[in-house]
This record gives sequence, C-alpha cells and structure tokens, in this order.
Amino acid sequence: MTPLDDLESESIFILREVYARVPNLAMLWSLGKDSGVMVWLARKAFFGHVPFPAVHIDTEKKLPEMYAFRDHYAKEWNLRFVSGTCPPIEDMDPSLPPAARSAARKTAGLKAMVREKGYDGLIVGIRRDEEGTRAKERIFSARDSKGGWDVRGQKPEFWDQFNTEFPPGAHIRVHPLLHWTEIDIWRYIERENIPVVDLYFSKGGKRYRSLGDADITFPVDSDAATVAEIITELEHTKVAERSGRAMDHEAEDSFERLRADGYL
Amino acid sequence: MSNQRELFRIVVVGHVDHGKSTLIGRLFHDTGSLPEGKEEAIRATCERRGVPFEWAFLMDALQAERNQAITIDTAQIWFHSEARGYVIIDVPGHREFLKNMITGAASADAAVLVVDAVEGVREQSRRHGYLLHLLGIRQVSVVVTKMDMVGFDQQKFDAVEQEITAYLEGLGITPTYVLPVSGRDGDNIAEPGSNLAWYQGPTLLAALDQFDVVTEADDQPLRFPVQDIYKFDQRRILAGRVESGVIRVGDTILFSPVNKSAKVASIEGWNIASPQREAHAGQSIGITLDEQIFVERGAVASHEDRAPIETDVFRARIFWLGSESFKPGQSIGLKLMTSESTIELQAIEQIIDTGNLSVSPAGQIERDDVAEVVLRTPKPLALDAANDLPRSGRFVLTRNYEIVGGGLISMEGYADQRDLITVRSSNLTRVEHQVSASDRTIRNRHAGGVLWFTGLSGAGKSTLAIEAEKELFNRGYQVYVLDGDNVRNGLNTNLGFSPEDRAENIRRVGEVAALFAEAGVLVISAFISPYRSDRDRARLAAGDAFHEIYVEADLATCESRDPKGLYKRARAGEIEDFTGISAPYEAPAAPELVVDTAKSDIPSCVAEVVRYVEAVFPLRAE
Ligand SMILES: Nc1nc2c(ncn2[C@@H]2O[C@H](COP(=O)(O)OP(=O)(O)OP(=O)(O)O)[C@@H](O)[C@H]2O)c(=O)[nH]1
Ligand SMILES: [Mg+2]
Repeated sequence: MTPLDDLESESIFILREVYARVPNLAMLWSLGKDSGVMVWLARKAFFGHVPFPAVHIDTEKKLPEMYAFRDHYAKEWNLRFVSGTCPPIEDMDPSLPPAARSAARKTAGLKAMVREKGYDGLIVGIRRDEEGTRAKERIFSARDSKGGWDVRGQKPEFWDQFNTEFPPGAHIRVHPLLHWTEIDIWRYIERENIPVVDLYFSKGGKRYRSLGDADITFPVDSDAATVAEIITELEHTKVAERSGRAMDHEAEDSFERLRADGYL
Repeated sequence: MSNQRELFRIVVVGHVDHGKSTLIGRLFHDTGSLPEGKEEAIRATCERRGVPFEWAFLMDALQAERNQAITIDTAQIWFHSEARGYVIIDVPGHREFLKNMITGAASADAAVLVVDAVEGVREQSRRHGYLLHLLGIRQVSVVVTKMDMVGFDQQKFDAVEQEITAYLEGLGITPTYVLPVSGRDGDNIAEPGSNLAWYQGPTLLAALDQFDVVTEADDQPLRFPVQDIYKFDQRRILAGRVESGVIRVGDTILFSPVNKSAKVASIEGWNIASPQREAHAGQSIGITLDEQIFVERGAVASHEDRAPIETDVFRARIFWLGSESFKPGQSIGLKLMTSESTIELQAIEQIIDTGNLSVSPAGQIERDDVAEVVLRTPKPLALDAANDLPRSGRFVLTRNYEIVGGGLISMEGYADQRDLITVRSSNLTRVEHQVSASDRTIRNRHAGGVLWFTGLSGAGKSTLAIEAEKELFNRGYQVYVLDGDNVRNGLNTNLGFSPEDRAENIRRVGEVAALFAEAGVLVISAFISPYRSDRDRARLAAGDAFHEIYVEADLATCESRDPKGLYKRARAGEIEDFTGISAPYEAPAAPELVVDTAKSDIPSCVAEVVRYVEAVFPLRAE
C-alpha cells in the first residue's frame, strides 16, 4: 500500500466507526479542498452514498465561485444539503482581534445548528499540519455541553479504538483527515480526479491556498494553474498554508481561544 | 502520479524536561523543514514573553504549555530526509500526562528515547522505555542530549549510555544507537559539529534513516473484523478493515464467535478501475457473501483452518490510566477489534514496577500501574494472543465514557474454548421417554442431581466423595462417584493435561453427569476442574440439578499434604501445567456449598455434605 492508500483506508475506517457508533451525525462541508476530499472519502466508505447530511455554515461572506460550486455539487453528489446561518459580528466577543472575531461568527452558527438539529457528532475536515492546536487534536474529540473543547483534558485514544461514548448533552467532533497533509490532499485530488473550486488555481500570478471568508482570506503569489503544478509547488514551497488567513497572525493565542470555544 | 515517499512514524519519549520538544524543533530547523517565518514567529513570542529562545515552542503550541514550559499533549509534525518521509510524534514527559504519552506513542514504528546528560536516567525514562516495549515498539535509539551542559564530556555520556542500555536490555530491547547531541545548539542533529570529535557514530538524522521498515506479512492468518453491515442499495455489504492476512473472492470464511461460514462472493468498491479480487492487511473494504447468514458488527471473519481463539477468560498485561483504581470483581467496558463487551477483573496476578522490573502482589490497580491480570467476559469473545497476532490480541478498557487502559492478551494456562462450546441444536428432536422424571423420583425415592466437587489437588475431593457415597448409599440414595480413575481410563483415555484437554475432559464429565442425573441418580464428580468457564458449562448441561461444592483447602495445606508427591514434582518442574503451581485454579464465585478440609476433619465435612443432600434431595417415604 502507498502512503496515500494508508491514509484513505484510515479515513474510511474512521468514517465507518463514527457512522456505526454515533446516532445523529452530520458532516461539515466548507466547500474547500479538504472537505471535498472528505465527502469523496465518505462515498468510498459507504459505496457511493453519503448517509448523513452535509452541513454548510454560511457566513454569507464566501466568494461567489464557492456558492456556485456548492449548488452544483450538492446536486451532482446527491448530498442531503443543510445550510446554517451565522449571527452578526456585533454579537461576538469584542475582546477578540478583528479577524478572529469575524471567524467566531462561524462557531456561533455551528453551535446553533448543533442545538437545533440535536447532532451527537460532527465530522470535520481539519488536519494536524495546518496549525499548532490542531496538531494536538484527537480523531474522536469530545465537546462539552456548551460546545467547548477541554484542550488540557483530552481523553486517551490509541490502537484505532475511539471514545465513542459521551455524557448526555455533549457532542463529538470526528476528524477523519487529521493525519493528511496539504500535499496528500492534492495528490489524492489528482489520483481520484476530485473537482475543486477554481479559486485554488492561479490567475494573474495569484491563487488561494486556503479558502475562508472573503474579507479575511487573501490569495498568495503562485503560478500553479493545475493540480499537478500545485503539487510541484508544494514540494518546494516553504510558505505556510494558512499564511493568507488573517486570523492566524493577529495574536499568539487567538486561534486557541477560538478553538477552545468550539471553532473547527 | 507524483512520486511519494514512504512514511515512517517516530515517537520522541523520555522524562519531563529532558529536551524532547527542543530536539524536534532543532531537527526541523537544521534540516530546513520549518515553514517560512516560523523561527521569527517563535523568536517574537519568546521576546514578548521575556524568556530565552525555545525551540520547544514549535511543538508546544498551547498557551498553557508555553506558560509552564512543559508539553501537555501529544502532537505530530511531518518532514522528510533525503531517504524518506517522517511523522515525528512529540509526547509529554510529565507523569501527570502519561495518557497523552500513550496516545502519541501507540502508533509509532520506532522511538527516540531522550535522556538529559545532566540528570541521567529518571523515572519516566524507564517507564516510557517499558511502555514502548508493551506497545510493541521494538526499535529504539537513545539520544543523550544537553551535552553542552556537561562540556561535551565523553565520560558523562558513557555513564548515561551504560545505565540506559542495561535497563533496556532487561526488557529485551537493544538500542539501535546511543548518541550524544545538544538539542539547543544543534550538535550532532543533522551535522556532526565540532564539539563531539570523540564520537564516531551517526547524527540523529542518519540514525533515523537507519530504522528498518516493518512490513506486515501476507502469510499471517486472516482477521477481518466486521465493522458494519450496509444495505444502501440492493447489495448487502459487510464493511471492515483487514487486520491481518489476505481475503480473496471465493474464499470460505468463518465468522467467530457466531460460528457461521459463507463464501466471499465479491469485494465491493467505489470509483475503482476494476473490481478487487483480493484484499490485504490494512485495507478498508466491503464484501458480499454467497449466502445471507446473520452476522453483526463485532464478529471476526477468518479462514476455517486458522480461526481465532474463542474464550470467556484470558490473561492480560494491562496499563491502567484511570483516575480511580480498578479492583477485582469490578466490571468495566472492553473494546477488542470491533467488538464491545463488559469485562470483570477476576484476579490481579502481579503489579510490575517499571523502575526496576520487580513484581509484587496487589489488591487493586492504581493509575499508571502495569499489571498482569485475569479477565472474564460474560460471553465468549474471538481473539488472539498478542504474541501471535498483535492487532487482534490487544484491547482497550473503558469506564465513564473514557478509555482508561489498554492490554495485551496472553492465553498461557487457558484453553481455546472453541470446540467446547456445545451448540444445543434445536432441530434435533430428543427421544420422548415414556418414563417421566417424576416416575424415576418415585422409584428412587429422590430426584437425580449433580454434586460437583471442585478444589485443588490434595484438597480431599476424592476421599470426601468416596465417604459421602458410602454414607448416602447406606441411607437409601442411588449415588455414584465419577472421578479421574473411572473416567480417564475409558471415556477420556485420549486426553492429556493441556488446557484444551483438561477443558474437554471436564466437558465430557459434565455431559455424562447430566445424563446420570436425568436417569435419576445422584452423581458426585470429584475433579479439580480449575476453570470457572468449564464448571459453568457443566452447570449449563445439568441445569437446576447442578450443585457446586467447593472443597476448600489453601495451597500451602494441600502442598504440605501432597499425598502422591505431585506438588514436589511440579515444583521441581517435572510436571507441566500443574494446577496451583504452574496453571491457574479459579475458585468458584458462588458455590452452593463450601467445605473447608483445612479447618474441619473429614468426618465432619462428610456430615456437612450429607446434611446438604438431605435438605435439597429429601428422601421420600417408601
Ligand atoms: N542547554 C541546553 N538546554 C536544553 C537542551 N535541550 C533542551 N534544553 C532546555 O531544557 C528545557 C526543557 O526542554 P523541552 O524540550 O521543553 O523538554 P521536554 O522533554 O520536551 O519536556 P516535556 O515535554 O515537558 O516532558 C528547556 O528550557 C530547553 O531549553 C540542550 O541541548 N541544551
Ligand atoms: Mg516537550
């Protein structure tokens, strides 16, 4: 088996575990490359089907290309699509730096959705290599009744056995892509021929490496206009993936604060 | 497709503050693996905090970790050498976070054990070493770091090397390399540096490249645990991951512990070029069967001739992470492959001190203990001994929504019960007797039954049985003793004394005793019958007519009696698998009667048995 086969097999195993053990499930579909791969892996795991809703928490500030992508593939992939809304920025913790405060809207929208639908589990496409606190995550990661993450009290998890049970009121985040790196994602997109939003490909010397809200995400310098060129670029670059994400650079602790409160 | 490197997983372990995270940060820097701006960001963070530059901040990303200069939780980071790709796993060294150390280390292929040149080998250096061994990580290199703090002194290095090598060798681990470095300054990380001229071995980077890739052999027995059954469309698909061996279309596979077989009709997939004909260890697949047999999540498919063990009792070496202690008699959750069950701690055999590898008995298992135990499940599970097949021979324990430990299975002294599990077939119509049970009771003046004596060799079972038989016969009972002498020579001549044969011996005695009881006779069986599972099966065969009588006498008493000199021979190693010495005796949990031959003489024990019989099998008037 190649490293890509290993990753694919592990992700499928995780998706099947959560589907077997957690009753009311949803998958977060953020329209980016990672969650696209995650939907694809679900179709692999369940033989062409996605047996839980695909939830998009809409900040209403995504780029228009992303909305077009969403409408097209929700239909083509036969997804049970659910859209959630986010509260206005004025409702967010004013002590957060501006970009983090903007991102906190998504946490609030997410929590409202979990409450409303009574989800026991959310499948989320974060990866360890993106950011330092994500590097510390578990595959099955408990969230308390307020949706918070107890980063200092995480449960043990080993030998592919997961903490699949949790106290009433709590929910669980499941991270099937935790061990993938950015370049793995692109290699898999190439191998499986998975469609992604055009924004990832270079136009006029710039492309998006990571897609977030339009006002706090910026394209990076790049000439990579195809998946193969992106892979070659990543084999050599030393620029961090989230360098175009404003919220990562505002304060040392802003990302951790967001995540402890329930951000992805 | 673009070329991909193989990926090797390395965990960095060791005592708190010995320099693990620093070593990783420096390794990334010296191999040019840090993303742009990372070093500057760490420098700015350290300056803002008013502390000297810390390479450890690459891995220690949490605020609490940076505030306390300690790693709390495990993290992973990727890099590659010229030779191959790596996942480097950082773990905390503080004892408080041992659960996070296990979480990180359990998935590693090899380990780097970091020891501080100033402090030398400490408590967690040893405990981590022991746990690596328990987790099945056989390849270890030792890094003696902070050499800058001892003036790069070779003697200091040699002393640490000697101490850690001796400890690891006690575990059967020979370190691939023991190397001196300075994590802070980068000596001998990617480049040798000039301060360690006396050292001739590889740099850390070169040592990493020397670890061997471990590949799983295809010739292992097939284990395919069923994860789920899908019926999204017209196909009924059994989903799961092949844990060992190979599965092929057309194979006849046996599901345990349900004991049903079927043929693999197809291996299903989605978005694949051509249908798969076979699948190997590590692959997540789905299969369809030629027959719609009933199987559920938790069952394990194997080939019929290399099936897993089935048992409701086994030994294990466990590590306990629970904040509350684990005591004999307590039941908690168990996860083994995809099966889940409750499990009872039947006995603690010993606690292992990971500091000096000594063992001692204990009444309970405390947090961070490593213990050898006997565990019992309500129903038989399909499993393997960890030494034979690691992936189906290990399990985790759960309590209060949380994993609280893990363990490795050993079947030493315990039998595979697969062939003993008598399926009382429901479509076999039993002979309709024209003589009823009550007809027999009237003729014999009492109901039939089984008095099942159990106890150590030398406890007095046979003596008691023979005396009780005479006494009861004289009072008018139809009574007969089954013991080794009249059973081993005929019915069971083909059986030896291995755990399997002992279990089969008892199974047959149990079935024969049940027939005697049905025939209206009071039968006394006098066998050591050391295993609870075997006695429970005998009880199942005879139903309500079964009475378990524990002929109690402690091991020391039995050994001092030693009527046939067997204990002496067992102690001398002349008899293998001798109950109480080299094989287990499991005392009954809830016997109907206990007679203690160490405290009372034989006549009073006989009287007790007779009194019991007269109460539960009263003689009718003629
Ligand atoms: N002089 C010197 N100091 C070092 C060296 N390596 C680590 N240190 C210092 O030792 C302290 C502990 O280092 P860490 O890397 O955090 O230790 P650790 O083993 O990761 O600790 P835990 O993860 O908390 O168990 C820090 O202050 C480091 O700067 C070294 O090679 N030389
Ligand atoms: Mg550390």
